[in-house]
Amino acid sequence: MIAVENLSLAIHGEAILRDVSFAMVPGRTFGLVGESGSGKSMTALALMRLLPESARTSGAVTLDSINLLDKPEAEMCALRGNQLGMIFQEPMTALNPVQTIGNQVAETLRIHGIATHADARDVARARLDRVGLPQIALDRYPHELSGGQRQRVCIATAIALRPRLLIADEPTTALDVTTQAQILDLLRGLVEEEGMALLLITHDLAVVADMADHVAVMQAGEIVEQGPTPQVLSEQRHPYTRALFEASDHRPTRTPRPLGAPLLTASDVDRHYPGPRTGLLRRGAPVKAVDGVSLTLKTGESLGLVGESGCGKSTLTRALLGLDKVQGGEIAALGNPVSPAMPNALRAGIQVVFQDPYGSFNPRWRVDHLVADPFPLLDENPPREDRRRKVGEALLAVGLQPSDMDKYPHEFSGGQRQRIAIARALITNPKILVLDEAVSALDVRVRARILDLLADLQDRMGLSYLFISHDLTVVRAITDRVMVMQAGRIVEQGPTEQVFAAPGHEYTQALLAAAPRLPGYARPS
Amino acid sequence: MTRLPVSMILGAALSAVFLAMALLSFVWTPHDVEQLVIANRLQPASSEFPLGTDQFGRDLLSMLMVGARVSLAVALVAVSIGVVIGVPLGLAAAATRGSLLDELIMRGNDLIFAFPSLVIAILITAVFGPSAFNAIIAIGIFNIPVFARVARGGALSLWTLDYILAARVAGKGRTRISVEHILPNIVNLLIVQATIQFSLGILAEAALSYVGLSVQPPVPSWGRMLSDAQTMIYSHPMLAILPGLAIVLMVLGLNLMGDGLRDLLDPRLRRQRQ
Amino acid sequence: MLRYILGRLLSLGLSLIVASLVIFTVIEVIPGDPAAFMLGLNADEATVAALRADLGLDGSKAARYVGWISGMVQGDFGTSYTYRVPVAELVSDRLWISIPLAVLSLILSTVLAFPIGILSAANRGRGLDYGIMGGTQLGIAIPNFWFGMLLVLVFAVTLQWFSAGGFPGWNTPLAALKSLVLPSIALALPQAAILARVMRSALIETLAQDYMRTARAKGLSRRQALLRHALRNALIPVLTIIGLQFSFLLAGAIIIENVFFLPGLGRLIFQGITQRDLVVVESVTMLLVFAVILVTFLVDIAYAIADPRLRRRA
Repeated sequence: MIAVENLSLAIHGEAILRDVSFAMVPGRTFGLVGESGSGKSMTALALMRLLPESARTSGAVTLDSINLLDKPEAEMCALRGNQLGMIFQEPMTALNPVQTIGNQVAETLRIHGIATHADARDVARARLDRVGLPQIALDRYPHELSGGQRQRVCIATAIALRPRLLIADEPTTALDVTTQAQILDLLRGLVEEEGMALLLITHDLAVVADMADHVAVMQAGEIVEQGPTPQVLSEQRHPYTRALFEASDHRPTRTPRPLGAPLLTASDVDRHYPGPRTGLLRRGAPVKAVDGVSLTLKTGESLGLVGESGCGKSTLTRALLGLDKVQGGEIAALGNPVSPAMPNALRAGIQVVFQDPYGSFNPRWRVDHLVADPFPLLDENPPREDRRRKVGEALLAVGLQPSDMDKYPHEFSGGQRQRIAIARALITNPKILVLDEAVSALDVRVRARILDLLADLQDRMGLSYLFISHDLTVVRAITDRVMVMQAGRIVEQGPTEQVFAAPGHEYTQALLAAAPRLPGYARPS
Repeated sequence: MTRLPVSMILGAALSAVFLAMALLSFVWTPHDVEQLVIANRLQPASSEFPLGTDQFGRDLLSMLMVGARVSLAVALVAVSIGVVIGVPLGLAAAATRGSLLDELIMRGNDLIFAFPSLVIAILITAVFGPSAFNAIIAIGIFNIPVFARVARGGALSLWTLDYILAARVAGKGRTRISVEHILPNIVNLLIVQATIQFSLGILAEAALSYVGLSVQPPVPSWGRMLSDAQTMIYSHPMLAILPGLAIVLMVLGLNLMGDGLRDLLDPRLRRQRQ
Repeated sequence: MLRYILGRLLSLGLSLIVASLVIFTVIEVIPGDPAAFMLGLNADEATVAALRADLGLDGSKAARYVGWISGMVQGDFGTSYTYRVPVAELVSDRLWISIPLAVLSLILSTVLAFPIGILSAANRGRGLDYGIMGGTQLGIAIPNFWFGMLLVLVFAVTLQWFSAGGFPGWNTPLAALKSLVLPSIALALPQAAILARVMRSALIETLAQDYMRTARAKGLSRRQALLRHALRNALIPVLTIIGLQFSFLLAGAIIIENVFFLPGLGRLIFQGITQRDLVVVESVTMLLVFAVILVTFLVDIAYAIADPRLRRRA
């Protein structure tokens, strides 16, 4: 039994956590859910006593009725890895790149003096087998493994000594949906078989619904509601829980409209990357990132493109935007060929919104300069006063104020920045808007509002969308037709509802089966 | 505005003192440094000679002032050479990442690293004879790959950001993006590197003039004051101590200023402070 | 790994060829007639012609270059014009001073810098760290040849523990080593200051990595995590600096030899310059550049040992 009682935490005098209390039971999963900045990761680090030095805590974290917050650092070292294990969000950087995975798993045993060198290797082997890596040799290095495999190694490291509590902080957020399902299965199995308590921290209500016996909803450093998962999710007593629940499955209202002529077409497009350099003038075999892809986007249509990371969807996007040359096939937009050399007037007609709300803007430019940046694409570059007026209108159209144009991008939140990015894309009155993971980095409630905005803009301006995402829920909410991409090829396409209801290709079926779903609780009114 | 660190103020003050000395030496020095007055040789510090004189009767303070001018000028021009040639090369390499041009620029850089400044100076001197120009070229050439690397490294991390893609969607070419978006965002890195190279340049100039590969007599320089003092070290150690101290203080001042600048300009550190 | 080494070897060979072309061009092509250059303005036609024949300058430039390189490969560095002896002979005597000096300094600076850098990083933001950083800041600012003069002033002139300069020869190994002590300290201390700072910042950067948090979550103490995980990762940038420092030490050694009157390569090359002995200058600079390129190669190999991610790449 591990209990957190009235845990409060402040860093540099600023309160991060306030009176957080919950309890975890062996063999059960406790879900901690909330948006970014709600304090869920800090709660986990407080349990492990791995907080930054400037953090001050009060309250208690009790294990066998001993308060961990009072323990000297040396005793905490003996507990970490032994009684308390933890895995983190980013498996790509969580392992030491210059040490073999066998040594990293065995280190947990050796550091606690549990096993000798040879025994530790045997145990490491057994634990790696247990987490589903029987085929991976102990002397491999992290960079030789995929993200999912690395997360399994992290899990093996954390459970090497069968800790009583395993903390998993967003363990699948950085992974693809099919890999996520496998890792969640593994964690579920470990809880059942090894009888450990699992503290699962996530932003994803569907994951919690799928995994947790108990759940606590966190907002701004406080737990606003907790209880058995089915009860919390079905009753939704707290308005914040309700808001999260609704936003997670939000579908903007879209007016159906007749589709017009094809606006953007690609036929048999190949995009190959030169292989890695193997000498001064030699290269390895080229990588086929996009392999014979054809697509058609009609006027007024919203077309989705789903696929996991590395499937080639970003590469395809760049080719469709005329940023990269293609090695085969043809792309045409608005009746003209698309290529890196295409005229500005054509570029003005096809604009884009990217994923990262923080990397999308030159930090040294003001919003008016940023939004006005694509103006030179127009035949008639409007005069200065006109420009500011148009920028103001564009900001109004995306739900910001014209007065925002004199601010710098760092003065805005992530959602507001995405609105600025949309304003920039709309400034040249494009016909086609490419949305490349445009809502993927946003919290659910912000995401829902941006989706509303996109639906509204489409209705008002008759835009056509190419909506690229790894997130099936989002694609389902905003598109009329969907294409599924795997390893550079389109494996299935059709009307969105039809594909989701009755997927034809086995890859689509696997994707849909792997995606965690929110149970269809009746919405309390 | 955040409070300036004490070390940076100290560094800026030290640098300013030497800069003032160097500038003043253009219009006025206490004594003529090219006039050898044997009668005045090896005078102790006095009101006429604040720091004393050397074995040729020259006023040490005047020599230090002119020496500061030489040091600063050589280092400044050498850093400029590095910036003017190295930065465009680095930007071009980053803009064409992985291409033959990038490869050629980087291999060329590696090659220059195989020629330490001193070796370049030796080669040039062997053929053209020693001069201040020689020192400038030798130090300047070695600065080129330094700035090319810093510029390329900084630029590469920016090229992966979405705002560069957005600029390309807005129809901008690689050159324009490099100038409009990349350069302004790596200027901090370049300023910090420039202060480092500047102080290294002063050290290198001192070393070159110590072995006679930089400015020639009668123009005094700190390095040659040291080599002149070497034979006098038993009887008049101050002759060797003072010019060395001048070098140390000036380089220390520049380094402290550079460190302070880095802390001020590094956005990561700035965010932490806020 | 073998592929990687072969790739580095290829690049080593290419660098050597280009470097030798550069040196050859500067010394033998740019001055026009090297023989006339070496003899100065007052030489008469017949003497110049004789020297030209002596140096083999009558052949084409390409033939001379090939002759020079193939000679160097076989250990024939030409004959010094002023000394009238093979350059190889002059060089081999002096190498036995310059190489031990550079190696001794490199060892000394590394041995000093590592613990200082680690101590500073482990105590980041505390008084000790500020003290060390201030000290290294001063160390960087000190020119090594001036530091050498100060050492002479204190330890030779005042305390009389060491001689002020000169080299007794390796026949008396202890005395020889003793005469290299002050010069190598003078060379090593400023370099150690730089290296310690690099070590500190590399460590601080690795300490912020995700895998350090993983290590702590396994139960390693702060100190264990630093020694077992951060150190080896921090070594990668540190190796780069060690490689670069070798060329600075080599250059510095040439100058320090002047301070301590050591008859090493530096003295040879400066005599070569003053006496316009281009044969000596050409061969010795080539030798210096070769040493730097060789060390770069060794550092590349060390990289691959320290960082498994590099081994697959050619």
